[in-house]
Amino acid sequence: MIHQYRNNGYNIVMDVYSGAVHVVDDVCYDVIAEVNRAEEEPTAESLKTPEVKAGLLAKLGGRYEAADIEDALSDVIELTEGNQLFMKDIYEGMVEVVKERKTVVKALCMHIAHDCNLACRYCFAEEGEYHGRRAMMSYEVGKKALDFLIANSGSRRNLEVDFFGGEPLMNWQVVKDLVAYGREQEKKFNKHFRFTVTTNGVLLNDEIQDFINKEMDNVVLSLDGRKEINDKMRPFRNGKGSYDLIVPKFQKLADSRNQERYYIRGTFTRNNLDFSNDILHYADLGFKQMSIEPVVGEETDPYAIREEDLPQIFEEYDKLAKVMIEREKEGKGFNFFHFMIDLEGGPCIYKRLSGCGSGTEYLSVTPWGDLYPCHQFVGQDEFLMGNVDEGITKPEIADEFRSCSVYSKDKCRNCFAKFYCSGGCMANAYNFHGTIHDAYDIGCEMQRKRVECAIMMKAALAEQ
Amino acid sequence: MKHVKSLNKPMNSNLEKKGCGECQTSCQSACKTSCTVGNQTCEQSK
Repeated sequence: MIHQYRNNGYNIVMDVYSGAVHVVDDVCYDVIAEVNRAEEEPTAESLKTPEVKAGLLAKLGGRYEAADIEDALSDVIELTEGNQLFMKDIYEGMVEVVKERKTVVKALCMHIAHDCNLACRYCFAEEGEYHGRRAMMSYEVGKKALDFLIANSGSRRNLEVDFFGGEPLMNWQVVKDLVAYGREQEKKFNKHFRFTVTTNGVLLNDEIQDFINKEMDNVVLSLDGRKEINDKMRPFRNGKGSYDLIVPKFQKLADSRNQERYYIRGTFTRNNLDFSNDILHYADLGFKQMSIEPVVGEETDPYAIREEDLPQIFEEYDKLAKVMIEREKEGKGFNFFHFMIDLEGGPCIYKRLSGCGSGTEYLSVTPWGDLYPCHQFVGQDEFLMGNVDEGITKPEIADEFRSCSVYSKDKCRNCFAKFYCSGGCMANAYNFHGTIHDAYDIGCEMQRKRVECAIMMKAALAEQ
Repeated sequence: MKHVKSLNKPMNSNLEKKGCGECQTSCQSACKTSCTVGNQTCEQSK
């Protein structure tokens, strides 16, 4: 399967099943498009037939010299012979392997506090309450959760625990105690905990910062960009904006971590479709690691992204990519999470086929110890999988998540980006279509655009 | 090749790695509301 597109002056050709990415000139771009029109995808042999050459000369002869067309065709044949173009799908047969694979739990999202000191308007956690009641996780429940993780992690050494909320700093003593407990246990069981925390920063202080820097592999700092954008969507419960209080704390924390192992992370909505300005605002504040996610909301929410917003969103991603190239060249580069792409190595095909691991490798734990496939399913009774006392009591839920892959979703079948997103967010699919074996269409459109931009940036920066 | 500049080697070179699972869980990093794996690093290549 081929995907070709033009962006920022680059002609880019992606060969989906080999993962090879090529930058080509105009004649080669058009030759590939022409030979790809055939009903059956070409092979090196079919490309060598006189009919193909004659067809190309007839079709493209008005635009290019015959010698250039023939030359481009021979490059295309060489790539095809080298399995870098028109490679066949060798992965579909692996679906059963993915479905039948044994999984162990390796990551927990710990809902350390179902309460929050902000009242963000788009919060899927409903101001931290997740369709339920306010609650704090006790040390006892947290300990059982870590024990559950160790007991269900098989031979996996690296275990991830994200302290999430609500706002985890509202239950900070328990976080500290659980980290201490985890450090004791990892020695006993030859495990290594990678702790992370996601915070809105309201309660951040020097003591907490020191602890985060000592113990947390990554920290996610929530801020929505420009002051007026942030304060509209992320107010305190009294309506006052949070920007002025949290930005200096986040700047200090990011600097104290040498601008590494953190993300400043925001959400954009249809209230700020010019979100590239919010990302550049992060950069202007001195941040180097950043992420802005499209909001997840009901179609009826006034701030929800609509299909009609996509052209503007695409323009924003294009604009951002161009500015990032310029900043990189000036030595003022920064990372945008969704434009980070590893074309050389990256994850193995099992990961690319199976995705985020929710419901199998990744589970969420509520303050009272219930287990759900991920934080976005918390509070939905049909996804309650078990609890930290009894373990997984509904393995059929895990089985359903395990059976989900890019080949179980019709929409992924012909998508060029499937091995970069691995089928997308299952919670989004469920929210929009009532099944995890589908895909959130607007999210897919944005994902494809981001992959295109990320690859264009690779092409531009490869020229340096 | 005169008309082509390849940005990478094909990814199927890492097919032989059988999914050891030691890598980071994708949702734990920065997203929490979408799924991106293409930017992740294979733990075995670190």
